[in-house]
Amino acid sequence: MSWETVIGLEIHAQLSTKSKLFSGGSTKFGAEPNTHVDLIDMGLPGVLPVANKEAFYKAIRFGLATGANINQTSSFDRKNYFYPDLPKGYQITQMTKPIVEKGSIKITVDNSEKIINITRAHLEEDAGKSIHDLFEGETGVDLNRAGTPLLEIVSEPEISNAKEAVAYFKAIRQLVTFLDICDGNMAQGSMRCDVNVSIKKSDDKELGTRAELKNINSFKFIEKAINYEIERQIKVIESGESVVQETRLYDSEKNETRSMRSKEEANDYRYFPCPDLLPVVISNKELQEIKNNLPELPEEKEHRYVKEINLEESEAKIISSSKTMANMFEEASTKTDDAKLVAKWLVGDVSALLNKDNIDIDESNLTSENFGILIERISDSTISGKIAKSVLEEVWKSGSNVDKIIETKGLIQIQDESVLEEIAKKVVESNPSQVTAYKGGKDKLFGFFVGQVMKETQGKANPQTVNDILKNILD
Amino acid sequence: MTIKYKTIKDIKIMLSQKEISNAEVIQEVYKLIKENNHLNAFVTLNEDNSIKKAEALDNKPSNLPLAGIPIAQKDLFCTKGLRTTCGSKILDNFVPPYSATVIKNLENAGCISVGKTNMDEFAMGSSNETSNFGNVQNPWGENLVPGGSSGGSAAAVAAGIVPAASGTDTGGSIRQPASLCGITGLKPTYGRISRWGMIAFASSLDQAGPMARTAEDCALLLNEMCSHDEKDTTSLNEDIPNFEENLNSPLKGKKIGIVKDIDLSSLDDDVVKIYEDSLKEFVSLGANLVDISLPNLSLSVPTYYVVAPAECSSNLSRFDGVKFGHRSNNPKNLEELYVQTRSEGFGDEVKRRILIGSYVLSAGYYDAYYKKAQQVRRLIKNDFDSAFSDIDVIMTPTTRGTAFEIGSKGSDPIQMYLEDLFTISANLAGLPAMSIPNGNLDNKPTGIQIIGNFLDESSILNFGHMFQKSTNWHMYTPEGAKQ
Repeated sequence: MSWETVIGLEIHAQLSTKSKLFSGGSTKFGAEPNTHVDLIDMGLPGVLPVANKEAFYKAIRFGLATGANINQTSSFDRKNYFYPDLPKGYQITQMTKPIVEKGSIKITVDNSEKIINITRAHLEEDAGKSIHDLFEGETGVDLNRAGTPLLEIVSEPEISNAKEAVAYFKAIRQLVTFLDICDGNMAQGSMRCDVNVSIKKSDDKELGTRAELKNINSFKFIEKAINYEIERQIKVIESGESVVQETRLYDSEKNETRSMRSKEEANDYRYFPCPDLLPVVISNKELQEIKNNLPELPEEKEHRYVKEINLEESEAKIISSSKTMANMFEEASTKTDDAKLVAKWLVGDVSALLNKDNIDIDESNLTSENFGILIERISDSTISGKIAKSVLEEVWKSGSNVDKIIETKGLIQIQDESVLEEIAKKVVESNPSQVTAYKGGKDKLFGFFVGQVMKETQGKANPQTVNDILKNILD
Repeated sequence: MTIKYKTIKDIKIMLSQKEISNAEVIQEVYKLIKENNHLNAFVTLNEDNSIKKAEALDNKPSNLPLAGIPIAQKDLFCTKGLRTTCGSKILDNFVPPYSATVIKNLENAGCISVGKTNMDEFAMGSSNETSNFGNVQNPWGENLVPGGSSGGSAAAVAAGIVPAASGTDTGGSIRQPASLCGITGLKPTYGRISRWGMIAFASSLDQAGPMARTAEDCALLLNEMCSHDEKDTTSLNEDIPNFEENLNSPLKGKKIGIVKDIDLSSLDDDVVKIYEDSLKEFVSLGANLVDISLPNLSLSVPTYYVVAPAECSSNLSRFDGVKFGHRSNNPKNLEELYVQTRSEGFGDEVKRRILIGSYVLSAGYYDAYYKKAQQVRRLIKNDFDSAFSDIDVIMTPTTRGTAFEIGSKGSDPIQMYLEDLFTISANLAGLPAMSIPNGNLDNKPTGIQIIGNFLDESSILNFGHMFQKSTNWHMYTPEGAKQ
């Protein structure tokens, strides 16, 4: 008997607006508890929400980039439930008329592409945080996050396995960071997701009963949680029982999912239109302006890199895959004429260093300006590629200026051919036995002479020039 | 010199002619409050601040339109630094860190907020009997209710303590107590006055308004209370006229809509006679009576008692003992914190409406109740829209009768809900409406309601003022007709 998995994702992306969805409170992360909370965020008696247009603009960017319908009139509803970090006792969300509906995004898994449809993306306010481990026998509430705008992106149940789910989450993350609507920082909770998982027999038309896995915030855990849950559901069904519709929590330490609450215990959220907020209308002019200012997206970048800059397809793909890489590439390329060399170094040596340190490029000491100058110094033969490697390592450590490193360490390539000829002659003279052997047919020894010259010049010679000179002397 | 029973206009003249000082005005207000302590009209006083403000005005006279005018504020408006209870135990220790826009507007116009008035808990009630701070007594009789929910405000004005008070009206909470206490009270068009800082009962119906002795004073107050407020997205961005300008416009040829769908036969004959006499008065002033039909009017009360509780059930969720207000002692867990705090903090009527509201919004019932009610609400609004194409105002009695005895309707919430039979439709349609005194029955005042078209407060104030120029019902006080 073969089982088919059906997965749908609800991704919550915090929109990078300066102020909250319904108040002037700051959305900055990491402040002292309860310092970014104004009257509205606290839900004081008598306060009223006012919708932040900027959040709508960011949501619309997402909608346009996924080819979705934009509801130019959208409205807010209240989702009622009690929790200490939900100050008003309800969350303001978009239930009946979301800003974005019916989009799609392309994912790539094992070199094959698949379109995942997006049911809707709606605006809602984030809750605060309950802190259970700071006070003995008590729970603290931090409302800094309360009211932060979220875009909840709901996929169709079209994802077939854990790998696809991860690829989908990655594609959404890539998109929102390119669109500059979310910082994509999963460690800080800027992106989180709930995963709906069900299984069915391959020939069943009906979907199976689903379990909702809550609040998973890393790629690794998405994959593990889904795979655990699939196994669990198969076991349940094969043992003759049935899966119950419930919310389950993924425990990353034990690598298991646990029941949080079943459907019977689930809240009746008593949704109804929020009477404090009129429907928000986006004019044609506003919509057009957002369209005009939409940034270049990863796929478009990739095409342009191949077509206009002649990058290898593999290079173009890697560079366009993240916004910080693409920015580094494009900005560094303004400092040199050799954009292809920029790409080669970015995908090669720089990526190797990033992998080694396990950081993102914008967390490194390498600035785009310094990187561009480094490539230009290779390109204009000031330094050799080999020297460039050591300069890059130095920059990686200290962040010092490339030209300064070259100057203070005396790394400028020896351009004067007569100086190199002098050195080459010396090398040949002091190794007579190797000269004899070479002339006797041991061609491989040519490399030995090149190496000796490079050693004498401490790597500052241009290898091609050294080759030419040695050939003249020896042949 | 006394300010008792004086209008705003009277006091302005007394002050400008230096017949009385600002400090004397405010000192007398507090003397009157103490003399009328038995009315229980005030929950919290603002005595020291108010006297300081008055003294400052004596030292440095002001040109502000309402400089030095004492006003009582319904305890539903947040007042910075001054306790605001909304008539509830759950907020009996709540001191807001900010003031409502309407409070700021009035104070910026020179008004002195002398204290906070008693009210039905969270404005849910029509007799002021649901207040956590005890019922208010109607100045017209010691066993009589003042109406509600703005009962304290109405009693304070009716007893001549202050010339002006603020109220709020969700289903009749300004007009019904104004009628029962023999004063003038106006509920403006929904959105005229910002709701920022008004503790919400039913957000789509709540509207603040003035309560005073005359239509003219209501116009003076309304001029200052209205503003477009960016903090309230339902606040209207419309021109605000000078409401005094149209007060004396002749009524000749103007049309009064009389709703033929209203069955007056259930009312006392005497009440109907007073109402009809008032209509004759308007006719004698040159107005014409026109029969109109509001076919869905009879659905107003049931519609209201779905929409208002639904909104209140959600609006009152924030009173959970976590952040402010009453908190139960020593709950064992989170659920107990909620259950105990809310069980202890809310009174029966509030609990009843939270239950009704939660029920009509719950899964499976939403379409049958809440959604249906919103559709009916739309029909009621359409009825008014088509009626107003041909008339200037609509008139009805404000209430079914005069002030009733304390406790007389306590056991039957439906009887109490019917108190708002004539007033509720204006809230559902968002229209301005006013009650003015129009008679007296067994030494108890009666009121007539004037409903206006959308944004047309000017017309209802005009009708009210012209009526008050030719009659003296508004001059009656519990101590007899005032000369």
